[in-house]
Amino acid sequence: MEKRVVFKSPWLPYALVAPQLVITLVFFFWPASQALYWSLLIQDAFAARTQFVWFDNFRDLFNDPRYLASFQITAVFSILVTVIGLSVALLLAVFADRVVRGARVYKTLLIWPYAVAAAVAAVLWVFLLNPTLGVITHLLRALGYDWNYLLNARQALILIVIAAVWKQISYNFLFFLAGLQSVPKSLIEAAAIDGAGPARRFWTIVFPMLSPTTFFLLVVNIVYAFFDTFAIVDAATGGGPVQATAILVFKVYQDGVQALDLGGSAAQSVVLMAIVIGLTVVQFRFVERKVQY
Amino acid sequence: MIKSGKSSLVRAALAVALLALTTQAQAVTEIQWWHSMTGKLNDIVGEIATKFNASQTEYKVTPIYKGQYDESMTAAIAAYRAGNPPQIVQVFEVGTATMMAAKGAVKPVYQLMAEQKEPFDPKGFLGAVSSYYSDTTGHLISMPFNSSTQVLYINDDAFKKAGLDPNNPPKTWPEVEQAAAKLKASGAACGFTTGWQSWVQLESFSAWHNVPFSTLQNGLGGTGTRLQFNGPLQVRHIQNLADWAKKGEFTYKGRKDEPLASFTSGECAMITTSSGSYANIKASAKFAWRVATLPYYADVKGAPQNTIIGGATLWVLNQKNKDMYKGIAKFFTFLSSPEVQSDWHQKTGYVPITLAAYDLTRKQGFYQTNPGTDIAIKELTNKPPTANSKGLRLGNFVQIRNIIDEELESVWSGQKNAKQALDEAVKLGNEQLERFEKANSN
Repeated sequence: MEKRVVFKSPWLPYALVAPQLVITLVFFFWPASQALYWSLLIQDAFAARTQFVWFDNFRDLFNDPRYLASFQITAVFSILVTVIGLSVALLLAVFADRVVRGARVYKTLLIWPYAVAAAVAAVLWVFLLNPTLGVITHLLRALGYDWNYLLNARQALILIVIAAVWKQISYNFLFFLAGLQSVPKSLIEAAAIDGAGPARRFWTIVFPMLSPTTFFLLVVNIVYAFFDTFAIVDAATGGGPVQATAILVFKVYQDGVQALDLGGSAAQSVVLMAIVIGLTVVQFRFVERKVQY
Repeated sequence: MIKSGKSSLVRAALAVALLALTTQAQAVTEIQWWHSMTGKLNDIVGEIATKFNASQTEYKVTPIYKGQYDESMTAAIAAYRAGNPPQIVQVFEVGTATMMAAKGAVKPVYQLMAEQKEPFDPKGFLGAVSSYYSDTTGHLISMPFNSSTQVLYINDDAFKKAGLDPNNPPKTWPEVEQAAAKLKASGAACGFTTGWQSWVQLESFSAWHNVPFSTLQNGLGGTGTRLQFNGPLQVRHIQNLADWAKKGEFTYKGRKDEPLASFTSGECAMITTSSGSYANIKASAKFAWRVATLPYYADVKGAPQNTIIGGATLWVLNQKNKDMYKGIAKFFTFLSSPEVQSDWHQKTGYVPITLAAYDLTRKQGFYQTNPGTDIAIKELTNKPPTANSKGLRLGNFVQIRNIIDEELESVWSGQKNAKQALDEAVKLGNEQLERFEKANSN
């Protein structure tokens, strides 16, 4: 006997999934296919002349040493944002989980930055770290450290990493906190009775039980670092100095929206799409095996 | 990219649908003017439109702020591609080559004015302004509106403290260095900085010394232009700035307008930047200051030549409804009248774009009561423009400016010397020009 519940009507199941399918097709597959098509064209801004150039746009891209350098920057940036963002959020969540008095206030305050738009987050940090006006800059100068991210590539990268991490921490924090609260108290108490200290309890019980949450956040944060950070770069450094902070998605925006080179920009988004598809496959095939649900 | 394009299309479509409704209701033809003027400038644009609307009853000009220069240009192009372009769009000088290459999308101003039999004298505009926006046969393609050029601002108080005479500001680049060294010795945090480094220190620098920035008359002669700003004079100047940066006399403060804050805060005692910053400095500087002429190298033959402009012009996009053209032409006649232009010049710090507006402002005694406001126009009209100083027209100019900014940053941070950086910028910039040529060849 069939145990699953099945629809008797031949069309009802299709009708039920249709809205989701339509949304996916219209808002995801159609634009993606457009990007694929556009990446093979060279066109002037007003669409007066269009040429089909096969893979010329891609050839130009991969012959451009700056574009290749951008991969390295993006990799460093994404790893830093993901690792720092997850570690700090986990630390905060562990503390928040233990707080008894004022827990709600503490949690609410930690969630605030999520409501701030990416560009505004960048501007906030620029105000603090601006080489001319920044408050922190003055403190660093007083300590004898010359802070000027307009010329120092490493400092520029630090600036956008801080802004990007700060913006994303609330999100990570929320999920970690929910994950922590679902760890059964009985397990921790049993371990405590067996003589395990807080650090031991965390690494052998809590951390493994958090692994589904951590894995989910890992995927989300990498996608965030790849796609959602261009407003931060645009507002904070504009990709400079030289190309030190020109991550891939920022170049897509710059070449497409500001410079109106639609073919070149579309080719870059296709490359970006391929990278993210690749990363997601790797994460789900290899990392997910280590996750204990 | 695709998402934002779509939403602006939808907005444009809605705007046009609304426009159709209102025009039927009022029997007044509405002319949309998309612009990028903010704050005080936005108010003045509104005043100009209101005055024009009050002067006649057939047409109504509606100015709409569409974001920064690159945003309003992108929006207008998206609207054009969707078949519903605005009538007038304000485009910055960097977008000139893109607009000019868009045959069939743009209605050239000289044609528009001739067809509508509106009085129009291209010779009435300043040479440095009209040449920037004319085609190879000398016809004006877009309507000059807000133009500025580069000047030197000095902090009088800091000069006095350093034992320098502010009444005698540095005239040449070596004098700028000497002054910066003295300012530095007197305890100033920063002697000299510059805004818009590519525009001031390379683009206009080349024109001011009558050396080419790129081939084919700096691109005015066609899209086959290739960059040439790695010549000995430009290399010498950038290397000088790099050496001064090492000594702490020149301080890099950012690519665009950001360095202005370090002048108005009193940190930097000298800045070369846009003449359009006048109003801003006037509003925020808490010290005595003045405008001086852009420095040059005295040993270069023919220098100073004339500076080139920046800013924006108004472009007319092709309309399905031909009745629009009459109204646009009438509005342009109103806009270029000496009264409107001199008022705009005096309130904003942009240069008067017609000789008549300049004369009127002079007669009104504005330059006596506001010393230094005529320096920009004197620089622009210093000598009749040559092939090297008429203006610049480069495809993919947005990318090229980025490349220049990046390479200059590598000089200021000491990673490259001037020659290496400018050679690299020319090489990468030429790749952009080749790409543009390919996209715009038939």
